[in-house]
Amino acid sequence: MTTARSATTVPEAGAVVPAGLKGLLPVLLALPVLGLLEWLLRASPFATYLLSVMGVNIILAVSLNIVNGMTGQFSIGHAGFMAVGAYLAGFVSLMLKGVAISFLPEALSDQVFFLLALLVGGLSAALCGFLVGLPSLRLRGDYLAIVTLGFGEIIRVVVQNTDAFGRALGLSGIPQTSGVGMVYFGVFLVVLVARRIAGSSHGRSLWAIREDEVAAEAMGVDTTGYKVRSFVISSFFAGIAGGLFAHFVPIINPGSFTFVKSMEIVVMVVLGGLGSTTGAILAAIFLTLLPEGLRSLFTSLGAEGSLAQKVDQIRMPVYGLLLVALMLSRPQGLFGTKEIWDVLPKWWARRKKGTS
Amino acid sequence: MRRLVPMLLAALAALAAGCEKKTQPAPSGESGAPTATAGQSAGSAAPEGSDTILLGEVGALTGGQATFGISTRNGVELALKEANAAGGVKGKKVAVRVYDDQSKPEEAALAVTRLITQDKVVLILGEVASSSSLAMAEKAQAANVPMITPSSTNPAVTEKGENIFRVCFIDPFQGFVMAKFAHDNLKMNKVAVLQDNKSAYSIGLADVFTRKFTEMGGKITGTESYSQGDTDYRAQLTAIKKTQPDGIYVPGYYSEVGVIARQARELGLKVPLMGGDGWDSEKLYELGSSAIEGSYFSNHYSPDNPDPRVQKFIADYKAAYGGVPDALAALGYDAARVAVEALKRAPDTSSASLREAIAQTKDFPGVAGTVSLDEKRNAVKSAVVLKVADGKATYVTTISP
Amino acid sequence: MAQLLQHLINGLAAGTIYALVALGYTMVYGVLKLINFAHGDVMMVGVYMGYATAIGLGRQAQSSLWGVALIFAAAMLGCALLGFFIERFAYRPLREKPRLTALITAIGISFALSYGFQLDLGFKLPLPGGYELSLALPGASPRAFPEIIRPTEWLIIGDRDVVIWNWQVISFLIALGLMLVLQYLVYRTRFGRAMRAVSWDHRVAALMGIPTDRVIALTFMLSSALAAGAGLLYAIKDTSVSPLMGLYVGLKAFVAAVIGGIGNVPGAVVGGLVLGLVEEFVVGYAASTWRDAVAFGFLILVLLVKPGGLFGRVAAEKV
Repeated sequence: MTTARSATTVPEAGAVVPAGLKGLLPVLLALPVLGLLEWLLRASPFATYLLSVMGVNIILAVSLNIVNGMTGQFSIGHAGFMAVGAYLAGFVSLMLKGVAISFLPEALSDQVFFLLALLVGGLSAALCGFLVGLPSLRLRGDYLAIVTLGFGEIIRVVVQNTDAFGRALGLSGIPQTSGVGMVYFGVFLVVLVARRIAGSSHGRSLWAIREDEVAAEAMGVDTTGYKVRSFVISSFFAGIAGGLFAHFVPIINPGSFTFVKSMEIVVMVVLGGLGSTTGAILAAIFLTLLPEGLRSLFTSLGAEGSLAQKVDQIRMPVYGLLLVALMLSRPQGLFGTKEIWDVLPKWWARRKKGTS
Repeated sequence: MRRLVPMLLAALAALAAGCEKKTQPAPSGESGAPTATAGQSAGSAAPEGSDTILLGEVGALTGGQATFGISTRNGVELALKEANAAGGVKGKKVAVRVYDDQSKPEEAALAVTRLITQDKVVLILGEVASSSSLAMAEKAQAANVPMITPSSTNPAVTEKGENIFRVCFIDPFQGFVMAKFAHDNLKMNKVAVLQDNKSAYSIGLADVFTRKFTEMGGKITGTESYSQGDTDYRAQLTAIKKTQPDGIYVPGYYSEVGVIARQARELGLKVPLMGGDGWDSEKLYELGSSAIEGSYFSNHYSPDNPDPRVQKFIADYKAAYGGVPDALAALGYDAARVAVEALKRAPDTSSASLREAIAQTKDFPGVAGTVSLDEKRNAVKSAVVLKVADGKATYVTTISP
Repeated sequence: MAQLLQHLINGLAAGTIYALVALGYTMVYGVLKLINFAHGDVMMVGVYMGYATAIGLGRQAQSSLWGVALIFAAAMLGCALLGFFIERFAYRPLREKPRLTALITAIGISFALSYGFQLDLGFKLPLPGGYELSLALPGASPRAFPEIIRPTEWLIIGDRDVVIWNWQVISFLIALGLMLVLQYLVYRTRFGRAMRAVSWDHRVAALMGIPTDRVIALTFMLSSALAAGAGLLYAIKDTSVSPLMGLYVGLKAFVAAVIGGIGNVPGAVVGGLVLGLVEEFVVGYAASTWRDAVAFGFLILVLLVKPGGLFGRVAAEKV
């Protein structure tokens, strides 16, 4: 049973890191592009907001994919780590609100502090990931699911009981320093990290754990160590996503980081394909734009209120049925472990051959 | 890599050395100069020649607070239907576009941004939950579009800026009302508090009540809490019972309060319960049955009010949606009518003149009390205290600020 | 002293329900190694079935002995059927796939049930003879569960310091009865032996001539019926039903099952009682705001000290 399954799922070609992704070069290339994007979008707050939400969802989906997709563990508390990042980064920014760096223009110094806050958020989420992951990842099976679920609840209770975090009302007044540029720099980083992991020997070990943990251990893979490391990396980026979120949403409160949010991220990963980074990205984009697209559709059809409201209502049960249908018909998700470039060129080539 | 670390450290040190207090207070929000963006959004707000004026509403139509959002929307729709039947505003019809925010602040911010930039609404109504209203207020203030919240009682909402108004009273007042009523009318000396720790509304009321009641010379015997969605409150109630209070203040939502009342009676706690406007729903009497009888809550309006305007509203609402309207429906209705009045009085539909017109609202006869906005853009209103008797709420007294 | 006694009664009452729901989790995990995340929601559906039956019977009939029996029977049979369909169409096709897929399916079913029940959709079907069949989803707001056991005070200690009601005793007896029936089924019948064999190794069990598919389906039906029974006791105790109740209770019961050692029948009972008492005493004597954090913190602590749970053991995985 296990052999039949693993024969098809481990990515072969394409897992090597392309030369273009090595070194600092891609980072240097990305920065001006993102700067230009931010400049272009400065007049459209709606597009900025929607793109920011989308970016955060992409970061969450891609980072969760490192654990759920590549390592084959099952975390259902990603929103908890996002909450840790959001609250701590937001808190740091609130503390530093009145401070500026003297020799930099104010906009730039704000960005520096924003980066600092993001880093604090990410690192504290990573620390939580370590603390949660170490006991539960030593065990095989579904314990991670339970413990991450519990962790999400614990975070909620802690926030609700801490005056510094605004209790149930939430934390507001965080400087809104985030922009499309910063969010997509985060997206860029997480995709880079995910792709590099997938192609490295580290990634090979993760695939091995995913396919057969016992066999991987027998081959000398330090399964606990690899699982914990990938979990910590994933938590770090969830924290970054939370930190970004806190800097463009006017108020963060515990209601934004519930079990339902975690499940939305899981749906993105599963829909895109467990193990496929580009699949996760596409699923995140699709599921973020879907409700807005439906809203546009209904207003253009002239159906005010009732019908659009019904759509909002049936979204959650439809997510549930979608998961079941997907697992029954295509358990590996839309892309499986393949990336989009593994799928597209073949299809193109076939078409070209057919026409010529 | 090895060289990178010291370099980073050096950079960090340089930054730390360069830190100082900002010379001027940071501009609040993205647009420090609202007038600049005002021209853009307000100028395009009402396309000339169109025969409708579009308002926007954001509400929780799904999620934890769905029943409140739906009531508010019904109230708003009813008010606009009446306004249009009476000839609309300046020969135009008034329409409202409603977006669901699933009771989440980030969705509320997205919906309000969409209403402002894509749908070009002239005015925004909404939210019940204060955290969602805060998120919306931030966006509406930045875009310089007036916003009226029907029922967010947290004081911070209207403090977001000059564009944000409300037609209900605020938490500090409502907490004071119950503290005064418990102390003066019910002659209680010792009260226990049972709050919903998941709800900012409940915590806010509980805090104010505790402060005011202590100031009046009363004693709070204990504060316990639960989470929205719980169904077993026996542990908290047993702990409260030990302190032998004269009454229990439960500023929660009806969905939990009914069950709390039953379990209190079951454990032999016979003292009256007291609460706030979150109790107001017909469901309360179904869930609480006989256990909730003899309890008191503060509210925005009483359906018993013989005022013909109130009775007409109740009759119209019953005909359109079935059931007695709760306070949130009444407030939604009032908010929409205040908006329509302002549209009528304003010379045009630009943000500035609308804002002026709303701010001048004085002695407006709403169904949930007379609305007069003060300089902080809050409604100055009295509250009523209702008593649960024979499966419905009956009027007891009115308490003015 | 009286307060302590009252807390003990409260904690035991909550713990019995947790234990009954936890038994369902544990049995399914035992035979399938699957965390049936939809278990709590199956319970919720069962409660609504009982609710509909009670409303259909009317105020007089619902509190008579046969009325209560009918309500329990309808809910338990209905849920057994639901459990059968879920197993047949959602889990069985995935049995040879990686375990993750079944877990995701379970979560999907849980979402579909708990959020689907919040919709306000419905339709009416005219039946011959002037009757009308109306089927509607319950909608989001909670409803009061009818008092199918008319409350009477049976025991009063001191000046009403502690009151014990008839339904508390009856519920406890029903719960005890259900647990004893289960104990008998699992350890004293052919079906129970087959179930334990499947749990031990389902392939070897199949080779020994045990119809594994049928055993697994029966286990599912049994656990779903148990959930319906537990849900009804819960609704009698806390007098309200809502579509999200399954999520909350299911989560807690699941924690109880893991604390006791998942897959272990007596462990689930002990785990449920321990969790009920821990929660009760945290609220009663410490801070009520930290209750949920304590429940999950306790779980993590147990996993750290005894990874298999209090009664379970970590099985060596076979290759």
